[in-house]
Amino acid sequence: MKIRTILLTTGAVLAAAPMAVAQDMADSMTIVSWGGAYQESQVKAYAEPYKKLHPEVEIVWDESSPEAVAKLRAQAEAGNITWDLVDVTAADAMRLCDEGLAMEVDHDEILAPAPDGTPASEDFGDMIVSDCFIPQIAYSITNAYRTDVEEWNGKEPQDICALFDTETFPGTRTLEKRPINNMEWALICDGVPYENVYDVLATEEGQDRAFAKLDTIKDQTIWWSSAAESIQYLADGEAVIGSSYNGRFFSAIVEQDQPLEMLWDTQVYDIDGWVIPDDLPEERLARVKDFLYFATDTQRLADQAKYISYGPARASSAPLVSTHAELGIEMAPHMPTNPANSKNAFVQNYTWWADYRDDLNAKFQAWLAQ
Amino acid sequence: MSDGSDATNADGARRVSDSSDDGPVLAADGRPLKQSLQRALRRQKLRALGLIAPLLIFILVTFIAPIADMLFRSVENQIVSDTLPQTVQTLADWDPDSGELPGQEVFRDFYFDLAVAAQRKKHTQLGTRLNYELTGVSSLFRRSGRRIDDIGEVYMDQFEDLNAAWGEEMTWARLMGSEDWLQEQEAWNADAAAADEADRDFDRPLPAFEFGADVRAELPRTAAVFDEFAHYMRTDNQESVMEDEPWEVAYAALYEDLMANPDAAAAFSGENATILSEAADAVPKFQAVDYKAAILETEEGWSDPQVWATIQTFSPDYTTGYFLNAVDLQMTPDGIQAQPRDQQIYVLLFKRTLFMSLMIMGSCVVLGYPIAYLLSNLPLRESNMLMILVLLPFWTSLLVRTSAWKVLLQQQGVINDLLVWLGLVADDSRLVMINNQFGTIVAMTHILLPFMILPLYSVMKTIPPSYVRAAKSLGATNWTAFWRVYFPQSVPGIGAGCILVFILSIGYYITPELVGGTTGTFISNRIAYHISSSLNWGLAAALGSILLAVVLLLYWVYDKIVGIDNVSLG
Repeated sequence: MKIRTILLTTGAVLAAAPMAVAQDMADSMTIVSWGGAYQESQVKAYAEPYKKLHPEVEIVWDESSPEAVAKLRAQAEAGNITWDLVDVTAADAMRLCDEGLAMEVDHDEILAPAPDGTPASEDFGDMIVSDCFIPQIAYSITNAYRTDVEEWNGKEPQDICALFDTETFPGTRTLEKRPINNMEWALICDGVPYENVYDVLATEEGQDRAFAKLDTIKDQTIWWSSAAESIQYLADGEAVIGSSYNGRFFSAIVEQDQPLEMLWDTQVYDIDGWVIPDDLPEERLARVKDFLYFATDTQRLADQAKYISYGPARASSAPLVSTHAELGIEMAPHMPTNPANSKNAFVQNYTWWADYRDDLNAKFQAWLAQ
Repeated sequence: MSDGSDATNADGARRVSDSSDDGPVLAADGRPLKQSLQRALRRQKLRALGLIAPLLIFILVTFIAPIADMLFRSVENQIVSDTLPQTVQTLADWDPDSGELPGQEVFRDFYFDLAVAAQRKKHTQLGTRLNYELTGVSSLFRRSGRRIDDIGEVYMDQFEDLNAAWGEEMTWARLMGSEDWLQEQEAWNADAAAADEADRDFDRPLPAFEFGADVRAELPRTAAVFDEFAHYMRTDNQESVMEDEPWEVAYAALYEDLMANPDAAAAFSGENATILSEAADAVPKFQAVDYKAAILETEEGWSDPQVWATIQTFSPDYTTGYFLNAVDLQMTPDGIQAQPRDQQIYVLLFKRTLFMSLMIMGSCVVLGYPIAYLLSNLPLRESNMLMILVLLPFWTSLLVRTSAWKVLLQQQGVINDLLVWLGLVADDSRLVMINNQFGTIVAMTHILLPFMILPLYSVMKTIPPSYVRAAKSLGATNWTAFWRVYFPQSVPGIGAGCILVFILSIGYYITPELVGGTTGTFISNRIAYHISSSLNWGLAAALGSILLAVVLLLYWVYDKIVGIDNVSLG
């Protein structure tokens, strides 16, 4: 809706001074993302429709999001920012904002309101975890298990604590090689209520408690550092239960038909979104803003869910989520935000981790190495 | 070369003819021979240098300089004194052992530093830096930055209530700026407006801001804040200070200055003097801010003396802190201490990296030597075939080879399946061969093997077979002929291969990351983590420097024991 009015106004200005407006926006744009199926979904849902509207724009994709923070810092130090728009996790966005590497934005000013007129900042709501962050999708780190494990005698894991129950569910686990999420799950399975997890984890005893719980499965766990590894371990039968991103599980289970089943209990929500590098030249910034306004509107975010099972970050997009572009199945039941999946979801505390990350990571790595 | 030898010949000739002369020996052109020789040599050296100059410059610019710059970060720590310049000075006198918080002056200076830093978005960077040393500082700075302006607003409101002119940017520009600057800026503004009117491009740079004659002396705090403000406006907004009123903290600075120097107005003239003297008369009646209480109110975290002690400890421009962290020590307000046991990891990782690199090097020698021997002794047809088998994996992508080892070695993998099928291993006790030290050593030995075989082969190729034949014909057994005659001649190849393999493996990253599990990771994995994930580049640089030093040290030891002349790459 809104995009049309914008187009109309720019159209009117264009008629008056065609050259002047064309010069105001750069004709090429470098977007940084994660590669794989996720980037593909962005190309199809955002970039291709945008190119239809603006055929003169060339979009270059760079798959550097895993190292985005370091590379952006290096670019800023060298005084040569080559990226225009960067897809990062919420935690990285906070760090980039803290470091002054990402631009602070006024969400209501640069983003489209919902179709019913709700301002963007309300439509995105709590997803805006940092002034520099423009949310895009909600995903979750969750678990899945193999459905063909004989030793389990027909029992199936019902909750997160199956990870730690080596009696009922023997076999190798696979978990991410970092403290985030693992520490929370350990405490929750050690009897800490959701709302107290971070208070407990802030104390020395709480951390010891989490490590003690993780100790019980330490020698039966393979630690992964890239999410593809974890899916591979589960698909090979190398591990029988473990964590990964819900979109990866979706493609393994639904698209590749692996004998896996989702364990949505205590999935940990995380958010992914855009940041604009700080100090972009005016023309490039104008192009990025134009693209962002388009790519983060209600319909575009809902469209992305046709290609990957990540939930759109706007509240107004949820009702528009339809079916998978190729398989034709309903996407809603596979979304982390689907009511049936999210009833026991756990919300990660980004600010807490921003403080404790350095400390806990050192402890976690030392614990792993011992 | 030719110049030098000519000179030498001439020297010989003269020496014979002038042997009775006591003066300096002269060359054919009449110059002293020594000089002439030096000239010739210098020219020769310059020519040689000219030849290698392109490569030298390339290496210096693209390799040495970036590495040096990166390693320099291991000691660099200017961020603290750059962000909190005044606080660092006043805090120096505070005794952290007193158990009490620093005094009012520290909090006052801290307020001014933090407020300016928050405007320039530098405070969160400092928070990130100090969070490496003390957990929680990161969000302390981030949250305080949001609320720090409340303090300045108290003064801003009072100044503006006193005289509405204080809320206008021109009042400040006239008060702070010099006459010259004012005129220049006005002219620039006029030109910019004219260009805008005529729709022309206007890219003349903004005139640099310049303080009036006595401003810095009379109103030091205000000038310091305004200086930062002018710089910020110019660099970040490309605007002059005439476009915006200064930050809230400038009002607090002006209040402090006028309280300290009530006669400041005397140094000014005209409107400036009027408005200043009016303010100077009014400020003693202003509601004053208790900086300490106000800052403690923004965030209670500041009431922890530990935070201040950490700032004090890390206030010097250069620090050994990163190096200490890199060897599991830490710098605390009470001196250097060991890290808590549950955070000690780097020494272990260094030891492990060295141990595993030596293991890999050893297994490469054991596996590579016979192959290189075969390669150099088989007839050409067979040896070519064998060479292709050596080179084929060498040309294959590293990731493919690493993943292939995963497929082979994992518990549901090819080797375990085979062993189970043969009945050598029970199905429920399959061997764990990957995601541990064993897997890393196997995969890396395979990957680095060509680096051992190739130098060995090129050295063995040059050993004449007749030597061994001669030894045998003189009555040596096969073993003696090999061990006493052949092996010593192949040692330079072993040396070269060992150095190559060892140095390559000590900095290996991707294979240990993929197959190392928890017991097979190297120090390089932690370096990569600190570079790309935690952004603690100082610690990464310190770890890298230590690694570099260890390699150089081992190289030196090797040179002492084996002799670097005994290394041959063919």
